[in-house]
Amino acid sequence: MVEATYKEGIDKATVAATASLETYKYGFTTDVQSAKPPKGLNEDTVRYISAKKEEPDWLLEWRLVAFRRWLTMEEPTWAMVDYPQIDYQDAYYYSEPASGAKYESIDDVPPEILADFEKLGIPLREAEVLLGVEGAAASAAEARMGEASNADGGGRKVAVDAVFDSVSVATTFKNELAKAGVIFLSFSEAVREHPDLVRKYLGTVVPTSDNFFATLNSAVFSDGTFVYVPEGVKCPMELSTYFRINEANTGQFERTLIIVAPGAYVSYLEGCTAPMRDENQLHAAVVELIIEDDAEIKYSTVQNWYPGDKDGKGGIYNFVTKRADCRGVNAKVSWTQVETGSAITWKYPSCILRGDNSQGEFYSIAITNNHQQADTGTKMIHLGKNTRSRIISKGISAGKSNSTYRGLVSVHRKADNVRNFTQCDSLLIGNECGAHTIPYVEAKNPSAILEHEATTSRLSEDQLFYCRQRGLSEEDAVALLVNGFCKDVLQKLPMEFAVEAQKLVSVSLEGSVG
Amino acid sequence: MLKIENLHTTVGGHEILKGLSLDVPAGEVHAIMGPNGSGKSTLSYTVAGRDGYAASEGAVMLEGTNILGLAPDVRAAKGLFLSFQHPMEIPGVQTMTFIRTALNAQRRARGEAEVSAADFIRLIREKAKLVGLDDAKLKRPFNVGFSGGEKKRMEMLQLAIFEPRFAIMDETDSGLDIDALKMVGDVVNALRGPERGFLIITHYQRLLHYIKPDRVHVLAGGRIVKSGAAGLAAELEKSGYEQFIEAA
Repeated sequence: MVEATYKEGIDKATVAATASLETYKYGFTTDVQSAKPPKGLNEDTVRYISAKKEEPDWLLEWRLVAFRRWLTMEEPTWAMVDYPQIDYQDAYYYSEPASGAKYESIDDVPPEILADFEKLGIPLREAEVLLGVEGAAASAAEARMGEASNADGGGRKVAVDAVFDSVSVATTFKNELAKAGVIFLSFSEAVREHPDLVRKYLGTVVPTSDNFFATLNSAVFSDGTFVYVPEGVKCPMELSTYFRINEANTGQFERTLIIVAPGAYVSYLEGCTAPMRDENQLHAAVVELIIEDDAEIKYSTVQNWYPGDKDGKGGIYNFVTKRADCRGVNAKVSWTQVETGSAITWKYPSCILRGDNSQGEFYSIAITNNHQQADTGTKMIHLGKNTRSRIISKGISAGKSNSTYRGLVSVHRKADNVRNFTQCDSLLIGNECGAHTIPYVEAKNPSAILEHEATTSRLSEDQLFYCRQRGLSEEDAVALLVNGFCKDVLQKLPMEFAVEAQKLVSVSLEGSVG
Repeated sequence: MLKIENLHTTVGGHEILKGLSLDVPAGEVHAIMGPNGSGKSTLSYTVAGRDGYAASEGAVMLEGTNILGLAPDVRAAKGLFLSFQHPMEIPGVQTMTFIRTALNAQRRARGEAEVSAADFIRLIREKAKLVGLDDAKLKRPFNVGFSGGEKKRMEMLQLAIFEPRFAIMDETDSGLDIDALKMVGDVVNALRGPERGFLIITHYQRLLHYIKPDRVHVLAGGRIVKSGAAGLAAELEKSGYEQFIEAA
């Protein structure tokens, strides 16, 4: 619900529109004077960004190589999504607050930006708990009433890196994390403070030549997050990055690089929102994860970019490349994603299971409503022996939307004793939406055991009526049934975010029945 | 308490209820018996407000208010409960969570305070004992993988927790063994009182050995064709429904 107190400095029409819809509560814009290069994309744009970031020559060269490569590439068309040709010259590729992009301390951050994040419930002062999930621990414990609950009473610290358009405006708990040896910095800071680490790992999982959108990102990426967890360290708190697009006509191209050294562990979460705008905006991110021997990354995403209005106008194009490289033996990675936003989602978080005995997991909820389109899934590349992977995908389509699960399980010749389990469930709400499951399997080693289960069902009228006879309103009944359908995946989220995600599931489907 | 007047319901182009009238005063238990296809389930769905079962004519008065046209959840909050012939499974939603969410939704709609988690756990444990469901079932997803008999016990559990003003029990006895029938009788008899009414829909009189009705009605061809005292049930068991099918 948008409150009247938000009015100052915010586009009133946007507030009114948000209030009337009540379905996308992050649609406000914040008035911040911004500094941008001219519209369009050429080598000068790349040099502008690199200079703004005061980058070393090698990184500029790296960007330019990617840019030149990108000029020779064609936009992929194989996904089951449909959108008008993107004019890459008709957008801005960098936007920073006019007051400058570097803040020595939180007190230097423009108050409008602080207020913006406060509205989103993201604390940039080192508060004890995320404001957006106030009371979440209590209600999650309640929701799990009677089940074995691992609630540790709330008050857990979550470190936040907040990215506003192209700039990281604040990173919290840096010092406390540094004591544990954990490096948690915005990408730009990491380039300045740990150039050797960045240079060693950047582009080693998603090379600059990888695909059209990843290559574009390599050329023009602006900010993002860098994490390094040293050998044997279990990161003492959850890390998170919150991405916010504010400027109109501006793409966001962030880059995240997380390295966990042997025996280390980190749980990381990213969240994202954007204002409601009539034009489409491009978000093309790259995430690289590197996991060494006996190390583990748990990576969770709650993606709530503006999905466009009910007629399909506006919304974010979310074309993202995410990949984890399990380099060491017994390395483990899990991707958990709740995708409720964006006009179009094109995203396949993948696991390269190189180390023997390494494990990859992918848990996904993708909800599409109105005219949203999602083509999402995962790739499990089994290279090492005894590698295991598990895929659980829950797609929910409502309105006139389309949702596709596209997944690859690939077993290489030398990968003995591979196990994979895949389960893809689709739920349809109404008669005008679509759900598609496209599994690809390539097994070159006969010892592999691959299981695939898929179901498609329609939200049952019998169940709806039953719930309503028991006193639930139509929307509450749909939310309850859909949350039940997604439960296997929701349980995989860190508890603080599971409650938020449950609410988001309900909100995304408002108006989908009847 | 529940007064149905000249109710007509058309389902899928066929008129099923053809001017049904029935009056169950507060404090009474009435039974409706009738052959297959006489409109028993249509009656319960029309009264509860299921989509596709809108009345074309007539009224259903619950404590003086015509509830036709109200959403099913609004009717539930007014105290109408339907024990389903085929209760639903709700995967991924714990039984306790489901029932508590429903109870609190009803209470909110009536402007009453919600029941706290602790109070609810005490309440559900006590009532579960009454209907013969062990605690482990309460932690499982609602009705998922439960036997037919267990699902009916779950309906009785909700009846005991919601304490509705008026309950319709649609073939609650089907598929139940003698012990379970007795349990249903115990739950209903314990709730019988001057402020509450029951309508028991059934094919057979066996449940009526445990719940003695104040009146018995015969439904055939979409109308009540005969009404009488409790003894009518035994009479029907002997003579069958055929006479009424012809009469209708």
